[in-house]
Amino acid sequence: MFKIAKYVMYDILRSKVLIAYSLFLLLVSFSLFSMEENSSKSLISLMSVVMIIVPLVSIIFSTTYFYNAYQFIELLVAQPINRSSILLGEFIGVSVSLLFALFTGVGIPVLIYAPDSTGLVLMISGFALTLSFISLAFFSSVAMRDKAKGIGMSLMLWFYFSVIYDGLVLGILFSFNEYPLEKAVIALASFNPIDLGRIIILMKMDISALMGLTGAVYKQFFGSNFGIIYSLSIMLMWIILPMLIALRIFRKKNL
Amino acid sequence: MKTLVLSCLLLLVFCFFSEAKTIVVCSECKVTQLTTALDLAADYDTILVKKGTYTSVNTEIKKQVVIIGENYPVIDGKEKDEVLVVKADNVTLSGLWIKNSKRGSMKDYAGIRIVDSRNVKIINCKLENTFFGIYLANSKNCLVSGNHSKGANYGKSDTGNGVQLWKCDSITIENNHMEGHRDGIYFEFAHFCLIEKNLCEKNFRYGLHFMFSDSDVYRENTFQNNGTGVAVMYTKNVEMYDNIFRNNWGDAAYGLLLKDISNSIIERNTFTNNTVGVTMEGSNSITFSRNNFASNGYALKVMANCIRDTFMYNNFTANTFDAATNGELRENSFKYNYWDKYEGYDLNRDKIGDIPFRPVSLYSMIIEQMPYAVMLLRSFTVEILNRAEKSIPGIVPETFQDYEPMMKPNVL
Repeated sequence: MFKIAKYVMYDILRSKVLIAYSLFLLLVSFSLFSMEENSSKSLISLMSVVMIIVPLVSIIFSTTYFYNAYQFIELLVAQPINRSSILLGEFIGVSVSLLFALFTGVGIPVLIYAPDSTGLVLMISGFALTLSFISLAFFSSVAMRDKAKGIGMSLMLWFYFSVIYDGLVLGILFSFNEYPLEKAVIALASFNPIDLGRIIILMKMDISALMGLTGAVYKQFFGSNFGIIYSLSIMLMWIILPMLIALRIFRKKNL
Repeated sequence: MKTLVLSCLLLLVFCFFSEAKTIVVCSECKVTQLTTALDLAADYDTILVKKGTYTSVNTEIKKQVVIIGENYPVIDGKEKDEVLVVKADNVTLSGLWIKNSKRGSMKDYAGIRIVDSRNVKIINCKLENTFFGIYLANSKNCLVSGNHSKGANYGKSDTGNGVQLWKCDSITIENNHMEGHRDGIYFEFAHFCLIEKNLCEKNFRYGLHFMFSDSDVYRENTFQNNGTGVAVMYTKNVEMYDNIFRNNWGDAAYGLLLKDISNSIIERNTFTNNTVGVTMEGSNSITFSRNNFASNGYALKVMANCIRDTFMYNNFTANTFDAATNGELRENSFKYNYWDKYEGYDLNRDKIGDIPFRPVSLYSMIIEQMPYAVMLLRSFTVEILNRAEKSIPGIVPETFQDYEPMMKPNVL
């Protein structure tokens, strides 16, 4: 499994797309940090970029990589190797390289300009988002045989989580505005890794006071130890669950 | 001529007999207690209190005396009652260190209370662990200057106000430092007062709080890190110049809350790092000009019941939301303000943007109506919605616009 991961990593780290991705992030982070003298302001802007770009690149890159490596996977399947370890090896390889890219692109500037707990939380959410979207990518690419369909599904997933879901939330809030929604809203946030990641970061930034009473509810929940454990475990679920489903499908799949 | 000489002589003799004396109070002197000195003193005498500790439980000053402390003598109320009560005109207290008044929920115990007096001066005193600091009731023409009052840290409900004015007239409050009280400065029915260069910080409720106090002027004060900022209510003819309102950050905090204030001028003030810079409710005919709003959550919250207010030459920078409201505004005018979120152009180069700016974003309207939507703060979807609304406005209030926004920040 780790051997496969190693080969996948070597393969990806040489690819121009990954280098372009990390350079792009690096450029964005440095320019944001140098534009604004107040580092928390630039962290907020950086967060907006991370919340859009990172999931998109993670999911699309992983999907295309999976389809491009299809023949290699077929070859591996012919060998006496467990199917689960093949897929897990691929997953680990892609994850490590994308995390590495994210670390060079965002992690290093954050360490230089804003080495505080907020920066750390931004990094952790970025990493978790990368992993969960790679996981989702593996799910969609295993579920679809056709490359175009697989990439389409990945794109749809990204679009759903970053745009449609929030629209739905707005609709739900609008229809049930009269009811006490404190708990419902926390549940709603849990069903979308991007929302969850964003809320965790915003809680860490002093912005929560802005949110008034509802913000206080969030703060009370996400700020507590239980809340931190809760949000981390939900994030973990978003990484593990799609991958588990992908493994199940892959094990029985007729390649 | 003779009569003149005679009258001169008479005057001289008169002066000699009526000369004000100075009574020195210290542990080794003839007079060892402040209370005894007050018994001995006549009007216009001076009492000089040397360094030491003196017990003073509800000491009433009924003569027109000057009490001067040397090296801050401690006047200790032993938490039994009030410490000093002034009940005469022309009294001056200076350089005293007032400590330990009683606290209670039935009576407002104070470090220094001034009742029904005129021309009283409280200068350079320190107050510590007093329930209320300096309490002026029904007094006129007094001066409260250079005092430092630190409230006891017993929480909001068990702390009084730093300086409290009730039914006063023409009082000057300057260069004081109030911290750890319930309200730093509190007025009720105080008219024609001047409040200048004070620092109110870390108070549990408001830095400044007043009601029914018309025609007062506030200059160069700083209100920072207070529990809920500054709240002023039911008053007209308020003038605020060059004040600083900052770091009032919390669920219900604002830099300045104006409730039912009318005919007032708010000029050259700075509002930074507040959850809400200025909240206005039922406030009419107020002129805001040359204020600086920076890094607030909301810079302005103007409720729809405010009319005929003018906002001119203000700068709005780095606020999360520039403005919020709960309906259509009537007869308010926004002109020549600088908004850092303005994206218009200036073709004729008169430094004024050619298209109006709408400071209220769609999302701030949504939050106003359904607070739970705050979950989507800074989400991509919200960005898209705001953009769409900006290009074709439909929901945000038609009247809440700056028709002549500045292209560059105003010089304040």
